[in-house]
Amino acid sequence: MARTVWDSTVGKKTVMAVSGLVMLLYLIAHMIGNLKIFFGTEEFNHYAHWLRTVGEPFMHYEWTLWLIRVVLVVAVVAHATAAYQLSRRDLRARPSRYVHKKPRASYATRTMRWGGVILGLFIVWHLLDLTTGTVHSGGFESGKPYQNVVDTFSTWYGNAVYIVAMLALGLHIRHGFWSAAQTLGAGSRSRDRALKAVANVLALLLTAGFIAVPVGVMTGVVS
Amino acid sequence: MKLTLRVWRQKNADAEGAMSTYEVDGISPDMSFLEMLDTLNEELILKGEDPVAFDHDCREGICGACSLVINGDAHGPERTTTCQLHMRSFRDGDTIDIEPWRAAAFPVVKDLVVDRSAFDRIIQAGGYITAPTGAAPEAHATPVPKPDADFAFEHAECIGCGACVAACPNGAAMLFTSAKVNHLNVLPQGAPERETRVLDMVAQMDAEGFGGCTLAGECATACPKGIPLMSITNMNKEWLRATRKAGKR
Ligand code: HEM
Ligand code: SF4
Ligand code: FES
Repeated sequence: MARTVWDSTVGKKTVMAVSGLVMLLYLIAHMIGNLKIFFGTEEFNHYAHWLRTVGEPFMHYEWTLWLIRVVLVVAVVAHATAAYQLSRRDLRARPSRYVHKKPRASYATRTMRWGGVILGLFIVWHLLDLTTGTVHSGGFESGKPYQNVVDTFSTWYGNAVYIVAMLALGLHIRHGFWSAAQTLGAGSRSRDRALKAVANVLALLLTAGFIAVPVGVMTGVVS
Repeated sequence: MKLTLRVWRQKNADAEGAMSTYEVDGISPDMSFLEMLDTLNEELILKGEDPVAFDHDCREGICGACSLVINGDAHGPERTTTCQLHMRSFRDGDTIDIEPWRAAAFPVVKDLVVDRSAFDRIIQAGGYITAPTGAAPEAHATPVPKPDADFAFEHAECIGCGACVAACPNGAAMLFTSAKVNHLNVLPQGAPERETRVLDMVAQMDAEGFGGCTLAGECATACPKGIPLMSITNMNKEWLRATRKAGKR
């Protein structure tokens, strides 16, 4: 059955929808967690520590966190691979363009593709910056996320990369959430307006919630 | 009306094509688009030139033979078939670009004619019922709930023209295939093949080299019969249901 799903355009799209929704759920939690930065160093760092102890004593230190990381890596890889393969197929299925051009024709599709590439690059940069500290601008210290975040958003490029990526995320979720509902067969005429509204609200809340942090650092509210 | 036409000319499937420019005069706003092309072809024949090849049959919007991307729109600016498009939708002096359907699965045969037999093979894969039907059955023998009958009828309206594929940025045939799947899958007569139909038709659609759906929605905008985008959602639902059932067996 896994083979049938992966080999079919409809099935591969299902993989994209499910992995996309998994990432979306994670991002909602991530965004809410980030907002704790507005309540001070202690609360934010404590929250970061808690992430490593969730599930204890059933789970060992960092087990839950690693479980989430594994699920997310699987989701990102599945999502990006399916996106790449489907996009290649789509471009091959339409080899010649029309002489008479109409720009609007593939607006959502194109923004999903370049938006997806931006998000993929961002995820790599973001992990190297704030998880491993490899490309971090200040002196990265694990266990001191508050200071690390302030350092990142004290550089102009840290802010620029982050804000551009979050705008891309908003656009991606706007079309993606509604698309996933159609792919999974959950859409219907009577539900369409509600689904589009939820997609817009999710996109807006996530973008605004994530961008609030660099804006907080830039304006000195967080320092 | 006097018009400038820029028409895709291509000798055969292997030849390079290009846009050629023609002037036509004396076009009445009451002519259909195809009659306008007939006028052009009569002039070309009189001049000893090769007439423009284009597909057409019923000329009343029911057979699905006519095609043409007109100024970038499949079937032109109105929501109807090219044969039912009238010249009053254009203005005197306009320049009109006329191109064939573009998709890897619809290769150009000549000029504006493309090979749509990929659609036939999708139908052969499952767009039928196996129950022997014979003569028209007694109408009350198999009751169909009214909402199901309406749903089936809405999808049965698809004439297989291929405008959905032509309009899709991915050259996908999802709207056509979903119209056919939904039409039969909702009816009791189509129930015995409900799962194999959707699985086989989608597999054939992929095998023909059509693209995948990114829900751009251009297909439903172009469709002369108003097959809705939600038709695709419903086919996805049927496909997932059939895949789950096949997995259990
Ligand atoms: C690795 C980076 C990513 C790439 C390359 C990528 C690429 C894509 C592409 C090409 C599509 C298909 C667009 C279409 O069908 O028109 C898509 C759909 C989607 N993406 Fe992403 N994306 C990425 C990250 C994300 C993230 C972080 C999320 C989490 C919110 C997400 C959620 C979705 C959803 C929900 C869909 C809709 C699936 C469907 O159409 O059924 N994506 N993505
Ligand atoms: S779905 Fe509409 S556009 Fe596509 S083949 Fe059927 S009638 Fe033509
Ligand atoms: S010629 Fe039959 S639908 Fe246009």
